[in-house]
Amino acid sequence: MPTAIILLLVAVGSVLFHIVSPWWWTPIASNWSYIDHTLTATFWITGAVFFAVVAFMAYCIFRFRHVEGRKADYEPENRKLESWLTVATAIGVTAMLVPGLFVWHQFITVPAGAAQVEVMGQQWRWSYRLPGADGRLGTSDVQYISAENPLGLNPNDPNGKDDVIIDGGDLHFQIGRPIKVLLRSVDVLHNFYVPEFRAKMDMVPGSVTYFWFTPIRAGEFDVLCAELCGLAHSQMRGKVIVESAQAYNAWLAQQKTFAEMSARSRTAAAERQPDQERARPGR
Amino acid sequence: MTDIPMGDGPAGAVPAAEVPEVDLYHPHSWITKYVFSQDAKVIAIQYSLTALAIGMVALVLSWLMRLQLGFPGLFSFIDANMYLQFITMHGMIMVVYLLTALFLGGFGNYLIPLMVGARDMVFPYANMLSYWIYLLAVLVLAASFFVPGGPTGAGWTLYPPQAITAGTPGQEWGIVLMLVSLILFIIGFTMGGLNYVVTVLQARARGMTLMRMPLTVWGIFTATVMALLAFPALFVASVMLLFDRLLGTSFFMPSLISMGERMAHRGGSPILFQHLFWFFGHPEVYIVALPAFGMVSDLISTHARKNIFGYRMMVWAIVGIGALSFVVWAHHMYVSGMHPYFGFFFATTTLIIAVPTAIKVYNWVLTLWRGDIHLTVPMLFALGFIVTFVNGGLTGLFLGNVVVDVPLSDTMFVVAHFHMVMGVAPIMVVFGAIYHWYPKITGRMFNDWLGKFHFWVTFLGAYAIFFPMHYLGLIGMPRRYHDIGQLSFVPDSAHTLNAFISVMALIVGFAQLVFLFNMVWSLRKGKEAGSNPWRATTLEWQTPETPPGHGNWGKELPVVYRWAYDYSVPGAPEDFIPQNTPPLGLAAEGGHP
Repeated sequence: MPTAIILLLVAVGSVLFHIVSPWWWTPIASNWSYIDHTLTATFWITGAVFFAVVAFMAYCIFRFRHVEGRKADYEPENRKLESWLTVATAIGVTAMLVPGLFVWHQFITVPAGAAQVEVMGQQWRWSYRLPGADGRLGTSDVQYISAENPLGLNPNDPNGKDDVIIDGGDLHFQIGRPIKVLLRSVDVLHNFYVPEFRAKMDMVPGSVTYFWFTPIRAGEFDVLCAELCGLAHSQMRGKVIVESAQAYNAWLAQQKTFAEMSARSRTAAAERQPDQERARPGR
Repeated sequence: MTDIPMGDGPAGAVPAAEVPEVDLYHPHSWITKYVFSQDAKVIAIQYSLTALAIGMVALVLSWLMRLQLGFPGLFSFIDANMYLQFITMHGMIMVVYLLTALFLGGFGNYLIPLMVGARDMVFPYANMLSYWIYLLAVLVLAASFFVPGGPTGAGWTLYPPQAITAGTPGQEWGIVLMLVSLILFIIGFTMGGLNYVVTVLQARARGMTLMRMPLTVWGIFTATVMALLAFPALFVASVMLLFDRLLGTSFFMPSLISMGERMAHRGGSPILFQHLFWFFGHPEVYIVALPAFGMVSDLISTHARKNIFGYRMMVWAIVGIGALSFVVWAHHMYVSGMHPYFGFFFATTTLIIAVPTAIKVYNWVLTLWRGDIHLTVPMLFALGFIVTFVNGGLTGLFLGNVVVDVPLSDTMFVVAHFHMVMGVAPIMVVFGAIYHWYPKITGRMFNDWLGKFHFWVTFLGAYAIFFPMHYLGLIGMPRRYHDIGQLSFVPDSAHTLNAFISVMALIVGFAQLVFLFNMVWSLRKGKEAGSNPWRATTLEWQTPETPPGHGNWGKELPVVYRWAYDYSVPGAPEDFIPQNTPPLGLAAEGGHP
């Protein structure tokens, strides 16, 4: 009897916990409310199954617990019941899978006209790159990385000259505009994760991965790394800011392009050169 | 071969013995009997004790992690470095060195020969070697705690490049020892695994058809076949990663910059490692789960005094799950950056597995229906298994359904899910099985009161740890963080919940000490068990001696006349008919395997 009651309490308690718990996902800030809906539907279907199974167990334990003289039934098989249960399960699974696949199709299909941003991960900081006036990102490679070229842009690619580089600062998004996020890493696996956007993807050295979303709510959001990337994994933080087109454009105007950064570093190098010559008169 | 009619229906048919029953070589010295033993039962105990010992290390590691997570900053000796080492070692030990070794090396060795009516494993010498190589693997793994830089902190999945580049703890020695230990483990396991498969296929007693085998044997047998197919993927992945680390090859290493230095590697694929790892890693879930499914079926049937419901469906579900589990591995990789179209295929195959799995659950609870349920300690653990397995299995539907997985992957939801389904649920079966078979192994019963105390604290405590943890994941709390710190989306109450989980983890951990005490205490002081204290039908309870002697069966091997679940057969004088009881001429006997 107590066992049956405790099991029933576990089932009821789990459902109550789900309903009253203050711990629920963050208010969504992207177009992926479909994901939230699919998840909610999954909670209802699986919750009902969980409650039914545990409550049925509790009932059996209460009703068929051993008492003197009880004898169990002998029923090795019941094809009809088993078939019925199999079909019902298959229907329940399909009800979760099919909408999920539709949403996945949406998830991997980037709308035409989506803006692009490249996120680069390295141990343990984020850098970003936006296409400049030509709307295209230049090529990049690990071999070009240097102190002056932290993102490893190909200096010979004209498409990259006007790319906007944000090395270490916050990333801004324009509200309501679909974004294709291109992901790149120069060392280990990272994962660009903003819980409010729901979407995320690993960054793999040697290839470029992507996801897309449309920011729908203005605000400032934490960026985390969600793929174990070594010692300072949990300190690899950043901020993204979703704002109006006006504010976004004002922010963008302040950013430096790759050409400007290169010119600046060339000037700095030229200014440094005479000092170094003086310091080493022997050469 | 001709069938000898032994009864009035198919239940009684027993094939003739094809080979003469040969005498075993009997060891005489203490060392050949108990140390370098070729007796599967002794090897089983060696495996089990070693697995439990290294499992205790993993348990302590989990305490240390939970102390840090629940009370960040309070325990200054746990830094990021150590935290990553603890999670890595905890995960690998629990999954491979405890659960796999205990289910297959421990229970497999003890139960297979006894349950199929064999004298021993078919290759006893390879069986012995398998244990000693396993022990070596455990020692190499444990040694990594004492080498410069300590054990690897690459996470239990050991993903490159991180596993072998600077910025990861144990990158110098720890990772090398981990990989060597895994390679050894797989070599040792292969020797044991071939034994389990060949013994089941070749050494069954007369009359023990495949469809009369207890589900425990079916579970262990299928899991072993899977392990023999899945572990080679981990084997080659480990060898290749070791080459990348030691010889400078580039199987998994593209051109990259590590800590500002350009590395010499180029052209490798980090995703390739993930495919190899999870081609092993996903079947591994079922390599642990299938033996648990089998054992829990036997526990429920025996203690509910009722035949297992839908035996044939249960067998096919085990085999079906085993086969399907080889085409779902990439559901661990939905956000890995692999080709997105794979998501359609792997989500579909993953969710299809839910169907045979659900059938198993239905059949367990339908076995309780109209049973005569004895709430013994093994039965309590079996019930605890169903609750935690159903819970954890259902949350698997979230993670298997590709798009729902996206926001949840890499969060505490995943940690909660797999601990519930692959940690708590199989551990419930491990305990249930130990309480169930301990009387056969030692001849004594466990202390019942301590057993019930152990069950309730473990079951309710573990549920209180992992059920709420899902909700931390829903908030978005990431996993593998040694310190969550201040995050705008994490409310203070979530930190309180995290502390509560840690306290529960300590309590549940201490309850395991009660179990260990009970195990040692009962060895001397436990009630005498007799040969068949649970009045069970399967062959291991019908041995002439308890504990069974070398060769298991004395002079004559048993002959099997019926399936393993003849409980409460109408008209039978008792509520169980052992498998080696000749037909009684009852109506119910005719139509069953």
